[in-house]
Amino acid sequence: MNWTATAVALFQVLVATLVAPLVIGITRQTRARLEGRAGAGILQPWRDLLKLLRKETLQANGVSWISSVGPIIVMASSLLVAALLPLISTITLPLVPDDLFVVVSVLLIGTVAVALIGLDAGSAFGGMGSSRHMMIAALVEPTVLVAVYALSIPAGSSLLSSIVATRLDAPAVILSPVSLLAVVALFVAVLAETGRLPVDNPSTHLELTMVHEAMILESSGRDLAWLELGSWLRLSALLGLVANLMIPWGLATDATVLALVIGTIALLVKLTVFAAALGAGEVFLAKLRLFRVPELLAGSFVLAFLAVTASYLVT
Amino acid sequence: MNPLEGALTAELLIAALACIVAALSPASMRRYLAGVATLAMAASGIVAGGFALSGHTGTLSAPTALPAVDLTLAPDRLGGVFIVIASAVTLLAALYAIGYVHGSADSRSAWLAFIIFTLGLQMVPAAGDVITFLLAWELMALGSGVLVLTDHRTRPQARSAALWYAVMTQLSFLLLLAGFAVLATATGSTTFDALVTVSPTSTTGALAFILLTLGFATKAGLVPLHIWLPRAHPEAPSHASAVMSAAMVKMGVYGTLLVVLRFMPGGPAWWGIVLLVLGGISAVYGILQASVTSDVKRLLAYSTTENIGLIFLAIGASVLLAAYGITAASQAALLAALLLAISHAAFKCSLFLGAGAIVHATGERNLDRLGGLGVRMPWTAAAFGVAALGAAALPVTSGFVAEWTLFQSFIHGATRDAIPLAVALPVAVAVVALTAGLALVTFVKLYGIGFLARPRSTGADDAHEVSHPMRWAALIGAAAVIALGVFPGPIAQVLASAVGIGDVATIGFGGLSLPSLGVLLDPMALAITALVCALPVVVVSALSARRHPRRATELPWGCGGVRVSPRMQYTATSYAEPLMRVFDDTLRPEQDVVVTHATESRYLVAQVRYRQKLSDVIEVRGYRPLLAFADRLGVVSRRLQNGSLHRYLTYSFVALIVVLVVVSL
Repeated sequence: MNWTATAVALFQVLVATLVAPLVIGITRQTRARLEGRAGAGILQPWRDLLKLLRKETLQANGVSWISSVGPIIVMASSLLVAALLPLISTITLPLVPDDLFVVVSVLLIGTVAVALIGLDAGSAFGGMGSSRHMMIAALVEPTVLVAVYALSIPAGSSLLSSIVATRLDAPAVILSPVSLLAVVALFVAVLAETGRLPVDNPSTHLELTMVHEAMILESSGRDLAWLELGSWLRLSALLGLVANLMIPWGLATDATVLALVIGTIALLVKLTVFAAALGAGEVFLAKLRLFRVPELLAGSFVLAFLAVTASYLVT
Repeated sequence: MNPLEGALTAELLIAALACIVAALSPASMRRYLAGVATLAMAASGIVAGGFALSGHTGTLSAPTALPAVDLTLAPDRLGGVFIVIASAVTLLAALYAIGYVHGSADSRSAWLAFIIFTLGLQMVPAAGDVITFLLAWELMALGSGVLVLTDHRTRPQARSAALWYAVMTQLSFLLLLAGFAVLATATGSTTFDALVTVSPTSTTGALAFILLTLGFATKAGLVPLHIWLPRAHPEAPSHASAVMSAAMVKMGVYGTLLVVLRFMPGGPAWWGIVLLVLGGISAVYGILQASVTSDVKRLLAYSTTENIGLIFLAIGASVLLAAYGITAASQAALLAALLLAISHAAFKCSLFLGAGAIVHATGERNLDRLGGLGVRMPWTAAAFGVAALGAAALPVTSGFVAEWTLFQSFIHGATRDAIPLAVALPVAVAVVALTAGLALVTFVKLYGIGFLARPRSTGADDAHEVSHPMRWAALIGAAAVIALGVFPGPIAQVLASAVGIGDVATIGFGGLSLPSLGVLLDPMALAITALVCALPVVVVSALSARRHPRRATELPWGCGGVRVSPRMQYTATSYAEPLMRVFDDTLRPEQDVVVTHATESRYLVAQVRYRQKLSDVIEVRGYRPLLAFADRLGVVSRRLQNGSLHRYLTYSFVALIVVLVVVSL
């Protein structure tokens, strides 16, 4: 057992958990300011979470264990992703490397748990959200895997940490057409996976247009707190991954305290910039019609596929 | 007599005994006696397979009336893998059958058919020559054909299913016969050891490869030869469909491995491409049909096409990579094919047994009328849920390990030097990813609609947990899915040694490591990390639960409404509707909407009727025209036979002349 790697991974989880609500806070606040509203402040998601944890949890009659265990599974999946991804450092757990396929599968566990929670209460909206959510998840899958495949070719490895480390050593790779195409494709896939505009509108109040929100309509109290925190963590971790792929500098490559402090600060700066950019971008976007989403995803798949073929055929 | 020969002899003797027991035992005791006898047969099969797998060799032969033609059983290590798969699945199915069979499935003929079927199944991979192989193949086809017909009195569609099955399985047999004949004439012998002298790059080799692959693909249910599968599997009793789907179609895989590994190793690149394309199309088409199907057993049958497609895709990738000399990735792909095969055997067996339990408990097989079974049948729900996770390839199940290995071989296989690889492998990654994504939807739908929410029919509402043997059989299958998923290292090492791959190691807590690719997967360590991460969440939840226990209420929010009728819930059909729209061009559903207007005004709607019918596009576009053509040909050829004796004499005379001319040439 490698204690340093374990400590680094746990530290990463801790930072990601603390930061995830702030990332959402920054996104919402940026959006509010650009739309001419005062906004609730970037600490509001944390206040919401603490409030939800103190409230009573209700559940519908006759639901199965999924409704009570599901939120914890969602959290476990997001926390595990935060532990595996190269967010602060490229140090990986020796027995649990951040293999791309493992990370995607762990994310999918969370996806499936939310989809089952949506079905469990037996309300029409839950089923609707679950059905749409799974359709999007199914269509995103090829883009994600092909995009990371493209990124893995220069590194000769499917470990995300080695991919990021390669980019840190040879920054020329970052601006190569192959890498740009793949990162753009991956970014679209991340937006779809985390339910952001233009795929899903996280701030909608109209049930008929909901995807993620529709599935958690029946959850309350701590269940809702975990579901919200889980999805925020997932967004922060994936944004952090995209950020580190585009701007790998600052990432710790060894386990000294100084490197970790620099890594943490770098992560915070990158996440702040990306969250603000995401919030600003969302001001100008409208949600796509559900049946236009496959076209968007097909487009991003084409980009990813071009990236792979280009890396073999164009030198 | 060495241990392997002893175990094979014991198995044959027990099989004969089981047949006698099934034929003679009184109806009230039949399922216990015949069931236990079948269990014993399967257990000796596992022992025999285990010996073969661990490298024991042995030969059982029996002379036939023809000189120099003996029937031989001589399993090699690869055969051992498939004997173990077939026997283990038979074991679970027989255990399940003890609690499950009733009515026509408990009849003398159904039990005899089941024993003959499973014996044939275990003998196919044990065969040491062509004649024995084909004989066992036909025993398997015969037994399963009778089993498809079991419920023909109550379900008329069973008859047409049995007809389709019989025709397709005979087509498969004919193709195999032709393929083996090509090999046997080229080498002058029918024993497997003698067939290896054919060169894979010769015309004979190519012809034999095409014929045998088509024959095995038919049995394996690959598109476009899959057409019997979604008909026959749902009609057979569930224990039989479990064996058919989890083990019988696997014999197509075994046959293909025989061709590319044993008879003609080192095949050219185009063999790989053929297998890759065949497998890829089957995987996507199978899972797409499964994702929009609402009949539980039909859905599972289509998912079998998908899984077998993935196995063929892996075999194809292995052949292709080997042809370009990329050994490490090629071996990983082969290992992935074997892992996919045993993983599919475990989860599909459990899923079919679970589906049988659902049908038994509710009388419904249409998902649109199920729901709420998780609370009513907790054991079945647990087994089914774990098996569904395996089918969706999520960690920490066997399916995940298998697909992970496949991805590793793709990612480490491509090189700049081989353009076909640089095109084929990214496409293969995309195909496997899309398949995995759609499998996720399919199994979330299957579990979520069937076991969660509120029951959508009285049958589902009155469901009760099934008997102990049925529960246990499904649970053991599910336990195998988890065991293979948590400790893949030792299992992969055994499989690797069966096909001569050395470079596989166990790491950590039973994890799998492929040193030549430099990758490792330790599911147990992954699970421990997840538990450590989740611990604070659990603690906070427990503290919060002490202060505020959960309170059950009618729907907490419900958009301000209450749950009026279970019909307001999403059904399996509505769940798949978005996918149906996205893949409209491929699936081509027939939909009608009939709006009836009120008599007072045509602006008022009295009733809306919506109907959707989904048929297999390949059947409608490919097979129907062919059948119609055959029918027309039959009508035309009737003119040849008009009853006139003169005409018949002319035919014989012309035939005689033709024969003489041909002979004289």
